[in-house]
Amino acid sequence: MDKRRIVVPGERLPPETIVRDTNYVYEYNGEKIAAVVGLLDEREKPVFLPLQTVYVPKPGDVIIGLVSSVAIMNWYVDINSPYVAVLTAQDFLGRPFNPQQDELSRYLQVGDYIKAKVVSFDRARNPLLTVRDEGLGKINTGKIIEIQPAKIPRVVGKKGSMLEMLKSQTGCEIFAAVNGRIHIQCKNPEMEPILVLAIKMIEEQAHLTGLTDRVKKYIEELKVVRGVE
Amino acid sequence: MGKQPGVKLIREDGLRHDGRKPDEMRPIKMEVGVLNNSDGSALVEFGRTRVVAAVYGPKEPIQRFVLLPDRAVLRVRYHMAPFSTTDRKSPAPSRREVELSKVIREALESIVLTEKFPRTSIDIFIEVLQADGGTRTAAITAASLALADAGIPMKALVGGVAVGKVEGVLVLDVDELEDGNGEADMPVAAAPDIGEITLFQLNGVLSREELEQALEMALKGIEKIVALEKEALKRKYEKIEVE
Repeated sequence: MDKRRIVVPGERLPPETIVRDTNYVYEYNGEKIAAVVGLLDEREKPVFLPLQTVYVPKPGDVIIGLVSSVAIMNWYVDINSPYVAVLTAQDFLGRPFNPQQDELSRYLQVGDYIKAKVVSFDRARNPLLTVRDEGLGKINTGKIIEIQPAKIPRVVGKKGSMLEMLKSQTGCEIFAAVNGRIHIQCKNPEMEPILVLAIKMIEEQAHLTGLTDRVKKYIEELKVVRGVE
Repeated sequence: MGKQPGVKLIREDGLRHDGRKPDEMRPIKMEVGVLNNSDGSALVEFGRTRVVAAVYGPKEPIQRFVLLPDRAVLRVRYHMAPFSTTDRKSPAPSRREVELSKVIREALESIVLTEKFPRTSIDIFIEVLQADGGTRTAAITAASLALADAGIPMKALVGGVAVGKVEGVLVLDVDELEDGNGEADMPVAAAPDIGEITLFQLNGVLSREELEQALEMALKGIEKIVALEKEALKRKYEKIEVE
């Protein structure tokens, strides 16, 4: 277990540490220093993984947004980030929009979830979304679970291993968006709470090893206890 | 509280009124993640002083005019609960609390990497549950822990402690009695990992030599405090083990 340890802000990291997100590590006198509580994994090449992050939009990210207000020509979308995203009417409808003849709340209302892609974002302007791509648009069925964005890579697993296991064990469709929201669609409604509990378990134990097997066992147990096939 | 006549602060055996050595701190307790609704929180106790801090953010500021184009704004509210003192304290923010909020904000601004999240705000709420001297340094310690718990990037952890002078003796971590009856009170906050002092105040009179000695005592104490902070943060994750 010594190969994986918790580091706290201000702790020096080995100089060869791989840093995936420069927001959470900074350089001081040529040394890499952790800026947040994270996990330093030294089993192979040292990797620093923050345990808690804030979602910062990146162009190209596919995210799950929650419509937070309806304006005249656009919607404001909460994307679980400090920055509120904008989705324009033309983009969503795929045609010119005339606010004098039409109203946006007919299409998307406050509280609706959408799957969208970030088109642009920089430090000066709020993110712009698009739904003009395959599989994007309003989410009509299923459930949304919100977890810490830092834990999403763990829900997906190495090369999607955890996600594959969850899907095969529960028979649900799962989409994990980088902004910490997970869309699940289950054919069997009784499977839904089991999957939610499993995902919450992954979130809580993300810094521990051997998680995939443990989650698998946990789901199997839950299925027996609840009598779900 | 002010001066009370006839109080003996240094006993004949050289120990302080509560039996501590001059360079000994009160028992310190720290716990991270004590609140559910905030993004990060911490409870810190220095003897009978008890402070809880909660952090929200970074998020879109509630008041848009406060946002800064190049970095996040830190908003700090230091507040003493009405039941924190011997006489009931009016819950309205007093002059002292407004000033301390500013002082604590400045002590934290230099270590939080605010430029990572421009146009957002980070809100820190500090509530003194029980006051027995050294609340501002305990508040900084708690806020630093809560910021780390919230996952807000910061250069290093900060800790704070006050050095006082009572009956001619320099003492570490003054309590209410020593503060009210002593000759000087010097709160210091620092981040030992990067060697930065973020808060330095002095109330009363110290000679140049005494000041140097007092600062050294404070920094030594802060090193211990920050080590405890690190332990508290690690404890939060080590608690989650598989049965």
